[in-house]
Amino acid sequence: MSSRVEQIRERLQGALAPLHLEIIDESASHAGHAGAMAGGGHFHATIVSAAFDGKSLVQRHQMVYSALGDMMHNEIHAFSMKALTPSEHPTTGNL
Amino acid sequence: MDVIENIKRQIADNPVILYMKGTPDFPQCGFSGRAVQILDKCGVEYAFVNVFEAPEVRENLKLVSHWPTFPQLFVRGELVGGSDIMMELYESGELQKLLAGATKAGERQD
Repeated sequence: MSSRVEQIRERLQGALAPLHLEIIDESASHAGHAGAMAGGGHFHATIVSAAFDGKSLVQRHQMVYSALGDMMHNEIHAFSMKALTPSEHPTTGNL
Repeated sequence: MDVIENIKRQIADNPVILYMKGTPDFPQCGFSGRAVQILDKCGVEYAFVNVFEAPEVRENLKLVSHWPTFPQLFVRGELVGGSDIMMELYESGELQKLLAGATKAGERQD
């Protein structure tokens, strides 16, 4: 288990109280690329949160980046994401 | 000139501008490459800034956009997003509409 994934999970949980949160460490598939060699990881996340209700895509991603804060400087080189509201997420929305 | 003012002017003066790593012909990051491919598919003309050639822009754009990574696409002065959002909007057809509106507006001003 990567501790960076745990750190990301903690920050997102604290800021967005997601109903569903999936984080995948894709760093291995980018090994050797310039950003990866500098030590930053590549991650992909699916985040379902009521906090995204009424927000544009840009605003949602800005909320996530702001929650990740200084991790974006070094630990994270790329953070690709799907930021969904509960009603946009088929499984969570039906709960 | 003040770097921030310079960036704001770039964003205001170009109806479509992509801040990227590398150039459209030689993108130096997969995400920037994806952004270029999407814009090419939309068949739109756009300005670009290679942030590797403009370290002051690379450092300071986030102060204007509140967005920490590259690429970043701006249309008519507004941040649209990075390559994830570009792909999502492209797949839904919204990006094409947004770009068509922006370049038409640009032509009228000329």
